[in-house]
Amino acid sequence: MSLKKSFRPGYKFVRQSEGAELEVRNLNVHIKNNHILKNVNLVLPDKKITCIIGPSGCGKTTLLKTMNRLIDSVEGVRIDGGILLNNENIVGSGEKIINLRRKIGLVSQKPCPLPMSIFDNVAYGCRIHGIRNRRKLRMIVQYYLEAVGLWDEVSNRLNTPAARLSVGQQQRLCLARSLAVEPQFILADEATSALDPISSRNVEELFVKLKQDYSIIMVTHTLHQAKRIADHVVFMYLGEIIEAGPANEIFTNPQHQLTKEYLSGAFN
Amino acid sequence: MKLKFIEEKIFNVLMIVATLIVFGFFASIVWTIVKTGLPSLSWEMISQLPGGGFYLGKEGGILNAIMGSLMIVLASALLGLLISIPIVFYINVYLKKKSKLAYFTRLSFDVLFGIPSIVYGAFAFTIMIALGLKTSLLGGIIVITLLIIPIFVRSMDEVAKSVPSDLLDAAYSLGATKLEACKVVLRQIAPGIATATLLSVGKAIGDAAAVMFTAGFTDNIPTSLDQPAATLPLSVFFQLSSPIPEVRERAYAAALVLTLIVLVLSIVGRIITNRFSKNKLI
Ligand SMILES: Nc1ncnc2c1ncn2[C@@H]1O[C@H](COP(=O)(O)OP(=O)(O)OP(=O)(O)O)[C@@H](O)[C@H]1O
Ligand SMILES: [Mg+2]
Repeated sequence: MSLKKSFRPGYKFVRQSEGAELEVRNLNVHIKNNHILKNVNLVLPDKKITCIIGPSGCGKTTLLKTMNRLIDSVEGVRIDGGILLNNENIVGSGEKIINLRRKIGLVSQKPCPLPMSIFDNVAYGCRIHGIRNRRKLRMIVQYYLEAVGLWDEVSNRLNTPAARLSVGQQQRLCLARSLAVEPQFILADEATSALDPISSRNVEELFVKLKQDYSIIMVTHTLHQAKRIADHVVFMYLGEIIEAGPANEIFTNPQHQLTKEYLSGAFN
Repeated sequence: MKLKFIEEKIFNVLMIVATLIVFGFFASIVWTIVKTGLPSLSWEMISQLPGGGFYLGKEGGILNAIMGSLMIVLASALLGLLISIPIVFYINVYLKKKSKLAYFTRLSFDVLFGIPSIVYGAFAFTIMIALGLKTSLLGGIIVITLLIIPIFVRSMDEVAKSVPSDLLDAAYSLGATKLEACKVVLRQIAPGIATATLLSVGKAIGDAAAVMFTAGFTDNIPTSLDQPAATLPLSVFFQLSSPIPEVRERAYAAALVLTLIVLVLSIVGRIITNRFSKNKLI
């Protein structure tokens, strides 16, 4: 599906996803001799928000990076098992990787603006996927900057370097940049970690709006945030999935001892 | 006073002294060149070709050497860039961090970096003899290009190595190919490329040994690649070895011209660099 066809700014996020399905099967990831992800099995429901929670270092980022194959560039990595997108294994498939990353967008934990202007940052993804029309690019940039609540702050300095934005602004910029290529899945790694409560709420509301058309997988350390917006919750601990299921079940009635302890704050 | 403050003071003084030594050295070189060269520097000198008795102290100028040097330096800087940038991207973006090939590439450039330029000249000369070529502008351009590629590669490599992997990841996660990611990296290391170019041009324009056998020397401005070309360092060298005092003074004037060209190129380079580094992260 081409960006050109699906893009209609001014309407709500329109992107006809055809019931895409992402499934992780018996996934094991080793980096050198460390077993980072241990036998992960997971079905990510379409058009829902799935929150991945778990203590620092448990492998959340690694899991997200494996899903869009960013992990490939890590030195000494070995991936066993499968990640199935519409029943097609994405692990080990060669040249499809570019299309894959366009379908599964990752917003990284540490915001990293590209060394160009604010405008070019958001337009970059569209440009490399073939949109050249300046008017269209301007519409896209404005649309997504408004969506992440950054437009009012930067609309008068779109041509200044993105590196000069504050960290929280950079985080929203990177989110807008990822959204602008309209992936089917959005992997958001602590997308609100540098934001104040109000901006966080705005991004949360954005995600809730987005889930009508997108599937969102987000990592968060804020349990309140997970409670507010998650449809599904995955709890990870030391590279394993301890418990996964509908949010209200996990939060009200966790089955596993570790989950209970984590939710009651024993890990913090 | 506490020990750590005394320590701080001592090191502060040491740093200032070291800086002053370098600056004094620079000033005394410039002073020597200016004092001896400026009186002989005239419009005639930089706007005319050497006349018949130029090397005996008669009329004429060093336009042949100025033009020859500029041609060789600009052409080889361009060629050097075109060859070095792909190498730098290949070892930094395409190869893995611990790749053996990248290791050996860096090692070879470190060695090439240390080889004296006369060896480059002699090497190129033997090849030119084998191919039946005469000393020419092309020969000078090729040998200078070879001479500055190690400088280009090593100084750009240092900058490229420090590009955060997050930046590459950011481009990749938007669906960029490696080539597209390279273009992003290019923006980030643009200031580094400018610095590398300045270093290379400085080395290229001042080198006499490499061009002696390869570009040769002539009193004319070359009009095609197969004609010999004069260069400023050789012009300085020939005039400096003259027994006639006026000619030796002109050598300093030629050195002054060389220094001024480097100065102008550096200033222009810095201005361009500042424009490029506007969007750089951190
Ligand atoms: N490139 C790497 N080389 C070696 N070990 C790594 C690498 N990347 C991650 N790890 C290890 O994998 C484990 C999981 O890391 P990961 O970044 O996925 O944790 P996380 O759950 O995202 O933590 P946080 O909440 O702090 O972001 C950690 O123990 C980490 O040290
Ligand atoms: Mg993480």
